[in-house]
Amino acid sequence: MPEMTKQRPKFLNLAEIRLPLAGFASILHRVSGAGLFLMLPLLIWLLELSLGTPENFAQFKAVAGHPLVKLILLGLLWAFLHHFCMGIRILLIDVHVGVEKEQAAASAKAVMVVSLALTLVLGLKLLGVY
Amino acid sequence: MNRIVVGAHYGLKDWLAQRITAIIMAVFTVIVAAAVLSGAAASHEGWRAFVGNGLIRFLAFLFVVSLCYHAWIGVRDIWMDYVKPTAVRVTLHVLTLLVLVGYAGWATQVLWRL
Repeated sequence: MPEMTKQRPKFLNLAEIRLPLAGFASILHRVSGAGLFLMLPLLIWLLELSLGTPENFAQFKAVAGHPLVKLILLGLLWAFLHHFCMGIRILLIDVHVGVEKEQAAASAKAVMVVSLALTLVLGLKLLGVY
Repeated sequence: MNRIVVGAHYGLKDWLAQRITAIIMAVFTVIVAAAVLSGAAASHEGWRAFVGNGLIRFLAFLFVVSLCYHAWIGVRDIWMDYVKPTAVRVTLHVLTLLVLVGYAGWATQVLWRL
Protein backbone atom coordinates (compact mmCIF):
# COMPACT_ATOMS: atom_id res chain seq x y z
CA MET A 1 0.00 0.00 0.00
CA PRO A 2 2.02 2.95 -1.24
CA GLU A 3 -0.27 5.56 0.26
CA MET A 4 0.35 4.06 3.73
CA THR A 5 4.14 4.11 3.38
CA LYS A 6 3.80 7.79 2.46
CA GLN A 7 2.05 8.40 5.79
CA ARG A 8 5.04 7.31 7.88
CA PRO A 9 6.24 10.16 10.06
CA LYS A 10 9.85 11.20 9.72
CA PHE A 11 11.01 12.07 13.18
CA LEU A 12 14.65 12.96 12.92
CA ASN A 13 14.71 16.23 14.84
CA LEU A 14 17.70 15.69 17.13
CA ALA A 15 16.36 18.29 19.57
CA GLU A 16 13.10 16.38 19.96
CA ILE A 17 14.23 12.75 19.95
CA ARG A 18 13.98 11.29 23.45
CA LEU A 19 16.33 8.34 23.78
CA PRO A 20 16.03 5.80 26.58
CA LEU A 21 19.04 5.86 28.91
CA ALA A 22 20.66 2.90 27.13
CA GLY A 23 20.42 4.80 23.84
CA PHE A 24 21.83 7.91 25.46
CA ALA A 25 24.75 5.95 26.94
CA SER A 26 25.28 4.35 23.53
CA ILE A 27 25.55 7.64 21.62
CA LEU A 28 27.89 8.90 24.35
CA HIS A 29 30.10 5.89 23.57
CA ARG A 30 30.47 7.28 20.06
CA VAL A 31 30.89 10.88 21.24
CA SER A 32 33.54 9.91 23.80
CA GLY A 33 35.41 7.81 21.24
CA ALA A 34 35.40 10.69 18.76
CA GLY A 35 36.68 13.08 21.44
CA LEU A 36 39.49 10.74 22.41
CA PHE A 37 40.46 10.35 18.75
CA LEU A 38 40.53 14.13 18.21
CA MET A 39 42.71 14.69 21.28
CA LEU A 40 45.19 11.87 20.56
CA PRO A 41 47.96 14.29 19.47
CA LEU A 42 47.72 16.12 22.81
CA LEU A 43 47.86 12.84 24.73
CA ILE A 44 50.85 11.47 22.80
CA TRP A 45 52.65 14.81 23.19
CA LEU A 46 52.04 14.76 26.95
CA LEU A 47 53.29 11.16 27.10
CA GLU A 48 56.40 12.19 25.18
CA LEU A 49 57.09 15.09 27.56
CA SER A 50 56.45 12.97 30.64
CA LEU A 51 58.96 10.33 29.50
CA GLY A 52 61.67 12.75 28.32
CA THR A 53 64.45 14.66 30.06
CA PRO A 54 63.86 16.41 33.41
CA GLU A 55 63.33 19.62 31.39
CA ASN A 56 60.68 17.86 29.32
CA PHE A 57 59.08 16.62 32.52
CA ALA A 58 58.97 20.16 33.91
CA GLN A 59 57.30 21.26 30.67
CA PHE A 60 54.85 18.35 31.03
CA LYS A 61 53.96 19.62 34.51
CA ALA A 62 53.52 23.15 33.19
CA VAL A 63 51.36 22.14 30.20
CA ALA A 64 49.24 19.67 32.19
CA GLY A 65 48.83 22.30 34.90
CA HIS A 66 47.43 24.93 32.54
CA PRO A 67 43.74 25.52 33.40
CA LEU A 68 42.53 25.02 29.82
CA VAL A 69 44.52 21.79 29.43
CA LYS A 70 43.22 20.61 32.80
CA LEU A 71 39.67 21.18 31.58
CA ILE A 72 40.39 19.22 28.38
CA LEU A 73 42.02 16.42 30.40
CA LEU A 74 39.00 16.32 32.71
CA GLY A 75 36.75 15.89 29.66
CA LEU A 76 39.05 13.20 28.26
CA LEU A 77 39.09 11.45 31.64
CA TRP A 78 35.29 11.19 31.52
CA ALA A 79 35.43 10.18 27.85
CA PHE A 80 37.92 7.40 28.59
CA LEU A 81 36.02 6.13 31.63
CA HIS A 82 32.68 6.18 29.83
CA HIS A 83 34.15 4.49 26.74
CA PHE A 84 35.85 1.89 28.98
CA CYS A 85 32.74 1.08 31.06
CA MET A 86 30.43 1.07 28.05
CA GLY A 87 32.93 -1.14 26.21
CA ILE A 88 32.81 -3.70 28.99
CA ARG A 89 28.99 -3.60 28.85
CA ILE A 90 29.13 -4.24 25.09
CA LEU A 91 31.58 -7.13 25.53
CA LEU A 92 29.32 -8.69 28.19
CA ILE A 93 26.25 -8.35 25.96
CA ASP A 94 28.28 -9.98 23.15
CA VAL A 95 28.66 -13.08 25.34
CA HIS A 96 24.94 -12.92 26.21
CA VAL A 97 25.31 -11.46 29.69
CA GLY A 98 22.65 -8.86 30.52
CA VAL A 99 20.74 -9.06 27.25
CA GLU A 100 17.25 -8.88 28.83
CA LYS A 101 15.56 -5.49 28.67
CA GLU A 102 15.62 -4.77 32.41
CA GLN A 103 19.24 -5.90 32.80
CA ALA A 104 20.35 -3.88 29.78
CA ALA A 105 18.63 -0.78 31.16
CA ALA A 106 20.21 -1.32 34.57
CA SER A 107 23.70 -1.85 33.12
CA ALA A 108 23.39 1.33 31.04
CA LYS A 109 22.51 3.21 34.22
CA ALA A 110 25.47 1.57 35.99
CA VAL A 111 27.81 2.67 33.19
CA MET A 112 26.62 6.28 33.53
CA VAL A 113 26.88 6.28 37.32
CA VAL A 114 30.23 4.47 37.58
CA SER A 115 31.94 6.53 34.87
CA LEU A 116 30.69 9.83 36.32
CA ALA A 117 31.60 8.81 39.88
CA LEU A 118 35.12 7.73 38.82
CA THR A 119 35.48 10.97 36.85
CA LEU A 120 34.59 12.89 40.01
CA VAL A 121 37.04 10.94 42.21
CA LEU A 122 39.95 11.01 39.73
CA GLY A 123 39.04 14.47 38.43
CA LEU A 124 39.36 16.03 41.88
CA LYS A 125 42.82 14.45 42.03
CA LEU A 126 43.61 15.88 38.59
CA LEU A 127 42.48 19.33 39.69
CA GLY A 128 44.67 19.03 42.77
CA VAL A 129 41.86 19.12 45.33
CA TYR A 130 43.54 16.30 47.30
CA MET B 1 27.72 -5.31 -9.73
CA ASN B 2 26.93 -2.23 -7.76
CA ARG B 3 30.02 -1.99 -5.57
CA ILE B 4 30.63 1.09 -3.48
CA VAL B 5 34.25 2.04 -2.92
CA VAL B 6 33.58 3.15 0.68
CA GLY B 7 31.09 0.35 1.42
CA ALA B 8 30.99 -1.59 4.66
CA HIS B 9 32.72 -4.84 3.60
CA TYR B 10 30.08 -6.50 5.81
CA GLY B 11 32.35 -6.16 8.79
CA LEU B 12 32.66 -9.45 10.73
CA LYS B 13 36.47 -9.17 10.78
CA ASP B 14 36.23 -5.53 11.90
CA TRP B 15 33.65 -6.42 14.52
CA LEU B 16 35.99 -9.04 15.95
CA ALA B 17 39.07 -6.80 15.71
CA GLN B 18 37.19 -4.07 17.58
CA ARG B 19 36.61 -6.52 20.47
CA ILE B 20 40.12 -8.00 20.53
CA THR B 21 41.80 -4.58 20.50
CA ALA B 22 39.37 -3.41 23.21
CA ILE B 23 40.33 -6.31 25.48
CA ILE B 24 44.07 -5.67 24.95
CA MET B 25 43.60 -1.99 25.83
CA ALA B 26 41.38 -2.73 28.83
CA VAL B 27 43.91 -5.18 30.32
CA PHE B 28 46.80 -2.77 29.81
CA THR B 29 44.73 0.07 31.32
CA VAL B 30 44.25 -1.96 34.48
CA ILE B 31 48.01 -2.69 34.67
CA VAL B 32 48.92 1.00 34.28
CA ALA B 33 46.21 2.09 36.72
CA ALA B 34 47.53 -0.39 39.30
CA ALA B 35 51.10 0.91 38.85
CA VAL B 36 50.00 4.54 39.17
CA LEU B 37 47.77 3.90 42.18
CA SER B 38 50.54 1.92 43.92
CA GLY B 39 52.71 5.04 43.70
CA ALA B 40 55.49 3.11 41.92
CA ALA B 41 55.25 5.45 38.93
CA ALA B 42 54.77 8.66 40.90
CA SER B 43 58.18 10.27 40.34
CA HIS B 44 59.65 11.10 36.94
CA GLU B 45 62.31 8.39 37.38
CA GLY B 46 59.76 5.86 38.63
CA TRP B 47 57.51 6.57 35.65
CA ARG B 48 60.39 6.22 33.18
CA ALA B 49 61.52 2.99 34.83
CA PHE B 50 57.98 1.59 34.72
CA VAL B 51 57.42 2.35 31.02
CA GLY B 52 60.99 1.31 30.17
CA ASN B 53 60.49 -2.16 31.68
CA GLY B 54 60.73 -4.77 28.91
CA LEU B 55 57.32 -6.34 29.45
CA ILE B 56 55.54 -3.01 29.86
CA ARG B 57 57.24 -1.69 26.74
CA PHE B 58 56.04 -4.72 24.80
CA LEU B 59 52.48 -4.37 26.13
CA ALA B 60 52.50 -0.60 25.57
CA PHE B 61 53.36 -1.19 21.92
CA LEU B 62 50.46 -3.63 21.64
CA PHE B 63 48.29 -0.95 23.25
CA VAL B 64 49.37 1.64 20.68
CA VAL B 65 48.71 -0.68 17.74
CA SER B 66 45.37 -1.76 19.24
CA LEU B 67 44.37 1.85 19.86
CA CYS B 68 45.09 2.91 16.30
CA TYR B 69 43.31 -0.11 14.78
CA HIS B 70 40.35 0.38 17.17
CA ALA B 71 40.17 4.10 16.41
CA TRP B 72 40.34 3.40 12.67
CA ILE B 73 37.28 1.13 12.80
CA GLY B 74 35.37 3.44 15.14
CA VAL B 75 36.07 6.69 13.30
CA ARG B 76 35.49 5.06 9.93
CA ASP B 77 32.08 3.91 11.17
CA ILE B 78 31.26 7.50 12.12
CA TRP B 79 32.16 8.72 8.61
CA MET B 80 30.13 5.86 7.08
CA ASP B 81 27.08 6.78 9.17
CA TYR B 82 27.03 10.52 8.66
CA VAL B 83 29.00 11.45 5.52
CA LYS B 84 27.19 10.47 2.33
CA PRO B 85 29.10 12.05 -0.61
CA THR B 86 31.63 9.43 -1.73
CA ALA B 87 34.45 11.88 -2.49
CA VAL B 88 34.21 13.55 0.92
CA ARG B 89 33.90 10.24 2.71
CA VAL B 90 36.85 8.55 1.02
CA THR B 91 38.95 11.66 1.70
CA LEU B 92 38.06 11.50 5.39
CA HIS B 93 38.83 7.77 5.45
CA VAL B 94 42.26 8.34 3.97
CA LEU B 95 43.04 11.28 6.26
CA THR B 96 41.96 9.23 9.29
CA LEU B 97 44.20 6.34 8.23
CA LEU B 98 47.16 8.64 7.61
CA VAL B 99 46.99 10.40 10.98
CA LEU B 100 46.54 7.11 12.82
CA VAL B 101 49.56 5.55 11.13
CA GLY B 102 51.52 8.68 12.02
CA TYR B 103 50.34 8.56 15.64
CA ALA B 104 51.34 4.89 15.86
CA GLY B 105 54.86 5.72 14.68
CA TRP B 106 55.15 8.74 16.96
CA ALA B 107 53.90 6.91 20.07
CA THR B 108 56.12 3.89 19.35
CA GLN B 109 59.16 6.13 19.01
CA VAL B 110 58.26 7.77 22.36
CA LEU B 111 58.08 4.34 24.02
CA TRP B 112 61.04 2.67 22.37
CA ARG B 113 63.69 5.31 22.75
CA LEU B 114 63.59 4.88 26.54
